[in-house]
Order: sequence, then C-alpha cells, then structure tokens
Amino acid sequence: MTATFNDRIDIALTVNGEAVTARVPAGQHLTDFLRLELGLTGAHASCEHGVCGACTVQVDGQAVRGCLMLAAQAEGSTVWTIEGLTDTGVVADLQAEFVARNALQCGFCTPGMLVAAQDLLCTAMAQGGEVPDRAAIREHLSGNYCRCTGYEAIVDAISAVAEARHAGTAA
Amino acid sequence: MKASVGGYARATDLRHALDLLAAGDGSARILAGGQSLIAALNMRLSTGDLLIDINRIDALKGITCDGSRLRIGALTRHAEIAVDPLVARHAPLLRKATDVIAHAAIRNRGTIGGAVAHADPAAEFPACVLALDGIIHVEGPDGARDIPAADFFVDVFETTIAPDEILTAISLPVAEPDERQVIHEFGRRSGDYALAGVCLVRRAAGHRIVCISVATRPELATAAMARLDAGDPDGAVAALEEALDPPSDTQATAAYRRHLAGVMLRRAVADITGETA
Ligand SMILES: Cc1cc2nc3c(=O)[nH]c(=O)nc-3n(C[C@H](O)[C@H](O)[C@H](O)COP(=O)(O)OP(=O)(O)OC[C@H]3O[C@@H](n4cnc5c(N)ncnc54)[C@H](O)[C@@H]3O)c2cc1C
Repeated sequence: MTATFNDRIDIALTVNGEAVTARVPAGQHLTDFLRLELGLTGAHASCEHGVCGACTVQVDGQAVRGCLMLAAQAEGSTVWTIEGLTDTGVVADLQAEFVARNALQCGFCTPGMLVAAQDLLCTAMAQGGEVPDRAAIREHLSGNYCRCTGYEAIVDAISAVAEARHAGTAA
Repeated sequence: MKASVGGYARATDLRHALDLLAAGDGSARILAGGQSLIAALNMRLSTGDLLIDINRIDALKGITCDGSRLRIGALTRHAEIAVDPLVARHAPLLRKATDVIAHAAIRNRGTIGGAVAHADPAAEFPACVLALDGIIHVEGPDGARDIPAADFFVDVFETTIAPDEILTAISLPVAEPDERQVIHEFGRRSGDYALAGVCLVRRAAGHRIVCISVATRPELATAAMARLDAGDPDGAVAALEEALDPPSDTQATAAYRRHLAGVMLRRAVADITGETA
C-alpha cells in the first residue's frame, strides 16, 4: 500500500436518501459541503469549534457536529439534514410543537435543536421507552445554544412530544 | 474560520497509518474523532497538516476483558464507553466520566485514544486513566510499547508518544470486588470543561487521587492520598489544597480552583463512604 495524501478526495455517500458523489477539498467540513456543494443550508456553520450546536446533523443514525467532521470522512455514510428529516416527516411533530409554543424566534439554532431533540427522543425511546424528564432534555440540549428563547419553550415543546410519542407507542 | 489542510489520507490498517505517519515527515497528524483536532484546524491553530484518518482501522476498535485487565481500543467513542457493560463493571470511573464529558453529539464522535493522546489537563479521561493506574499501548515503526500512565503525561497537550507512534489501546486493571471509583467536578454549564475536578479510587493497595483542570498534566496527589489512607479526610483536603498551584484565567482564579478541588475531594470521599459532604 503506497502512502499518499490527497488534497482532493472522492466521496460517495447518501444524503437525505439520495446517492451523492463528489470530489471535496481535504479540509472542507461536512457542514460546508452540505451548504456550499449541495445547497442544503439548514445546518448552519457558526462557531465552527463544536460549541454552539447549530451545525448538528445526523450521520449513520447519530447526531454529530457537521463542523467537526470532514466531508472526506463521510465516505460511505448516510447523512440526514433538517431538509430530509422535514421531507420524510419524522420530525413533523417536533416542528409543530416548536411553532405552537414559540420555541424559536430567529430560527438560527432550530435545525440543530431539532436534530438534537430527535436524537434524544430516539435514544430514550430505544432504551426502554423511558420518557425523558425536563432535566434530561436540558442535559441533552446543553450543546445547543439558543440566544432568543431562553430555552423554556424549547424544553416545553420537546417534553410534550416525548409524552405524545410515548403515549403513541404505548397505545 | 476555515481549516487550511495540507492533505488527507484514509488509513486502511495500522501498518498503513504508520507508513503515512513516516511519509508525512513531521507534518502528519492522526485524525481520530476530530472533536479537538478539527476544532483546532478550523481555528487555524495549525495549518498545512497532513491528516491520517484512522477511523476505518478495525484493529483499534472494541473493548475486551481477559479477567485481569480491561482493554479499550483507541477508537472507542465516548458514547460507546458510556453504555458498555464491561466498562460499567470493571472500570466504572470511565462510565461516570462520560456523563460529564462534552455533549451528546461530541461524545458520539470523540474517542478515548484521542482524548488521552491530546492530553488536555482539563479532560477527564487522562485523569481517569492515571487514577486507575492504566497502561497506554502505542505502536511505532519499531514495534509496540506499553507506557504506564504515570510515565505518559508530560505537560499541556504533551505526552511521551513519539511522533512516529500511534496510540492503539488503553488497558486497566479490573476493579477489585470492594473497589470504589468516583469522579466529582464543577463546571459552569453542563458539558463544559470543569473548573476543577477530582477522580478518587479506593482499592486494597490504598487511595488514588488525580485532579482535573488544576495543573499542566494529570498527577497523583500523593500527599492527600497518604492522608486518606490514614483515615484523615480533613488532612487530605488540606494536603491537596497545599500541594496545588492551579492556573488563573478568565474562568476562575487560582484560589477559587484550589478551593473547588478541595470541595470536590470532600464530595468524592463522602460519595465512597456513603456520607453527605
Ligand atoms: C464543545 C466541546 C466540548 C468538549 N468538552 C470536553 C470535556 O468536557 N471533557 C473532555 O475530556 N473533552 C471534551 N471535549 C473534547 C473531546 O472529548 C474530544 O473528543 C477529545 O479530547 C479528543 O478525542 P478525538 O478522538 O476527537 O481526537 P482528535 O480530535 O481526532 O485528536 C486529538 C489529538 O490527538 C491526536 N490523536 C488522536 N488519536 C490518536 C491516536 N490513536 N494516536 C496518536 N495520536 C492521536 C491527534 O493527532 C490530535 O493531536 C470537548 C470538545 C468539544 C468540541
């Protein structure tokens, strides 16, 4: 095996259910790739060091920071952004509840919030169906900044969806 | 800001990664979870790096136990450590640490090998590995080396891994039946690096204490350990505060950090003795 570094890397991955191939610069992070190459501007590039959470997307079923993963590393992976999660309707209940409770104002953090919330609800429901309490919701959102709402309405919205989904699975 | 990277290579196995490291001629950097490295690259703390992505190397993954030692592959993610039954049973300190390391999305990517190699004095895993008297396993062009945690951490972000070596695994003695392992720390917000923290282990041979965020590297607090062995928790807190010379920064003054470390030690002692601090 020859040892070589490349400054452009060919990748093939699935984004929001569609096969994508591209040649990406070595240093380009996943969020920039999604935004600049694929026009998926839902995930935001903000702090770019993992603190704010606005870039959070789903990779292979897990919430990750799009700004702390290189596009080159996404080779072979399955990526879902807020656009795809919206189209398939898997976060429709969260979105409706965010709107109903004013859990967003400027909306900048919302795509990342929704991916983080969906991550919590899927993980919690997978681990025995326990409904996360407000403390667990706050803990899970500790890596997602919102500068408008003061978080209270966001926690309300996620809590309501957690209850509703639990009731739905129990029924 | 945007990273300025010299190149990228996806290593297929450990040998390939070591060859790439040699070929990189000093500019090569191992890319594990990327949760510290890519952040640093985005901030342009470093430019022109040749990145060796080790995420596809299966030999660096997985957790095994041979009865006396627990071995954790370098690429094991924080989120995996959080739910692994072998870790919960044999090294509960690491499981507890995952509750206070960063946020869920970061724990999904960050690796224990990356955290230990990065050697941030504010990070939990380096302190845990020393508190548990672990061994850091590395591999280089001349073969493998086993480095006791006590000989591994040198300074802020500095270890005794040679530039041509890769951290492959961490191993720990399995907890004794009566062993207690706790971590207590204080941060401003959930998931932040702690302002100060304490790992406390009580095993047959005695207590082991390692602090977080109060020195340039994880170190055993030997004077405080001796006081705890003598059954003197007040003396241990006094000895710990006496021995510490923590940094002052925008987050906390040295005096506050020293005080917090003492409070965290009190809580840790209360935790393992079942009393309230
Ligand atoms: C917002 C935020 C908050 C965080 N909070 C915390 C916290 O509270 N506590 C905490 O402990 N950490 C925290 N982290 C850091 C996180 O835990 C990192 O995952 C970890 O420190 C580094 O692991 P990594 O696998 O991501 O390594 P990388 O970022 O990939 O690498 C880090 C360094 O280690 C080197 N390296 C990695 N793997 C190896 C190897 N196998 N052999 C040799 N060298 C290697 C790399 O070359 C690089 O220099 C936080 C990170 C972020 C972004």
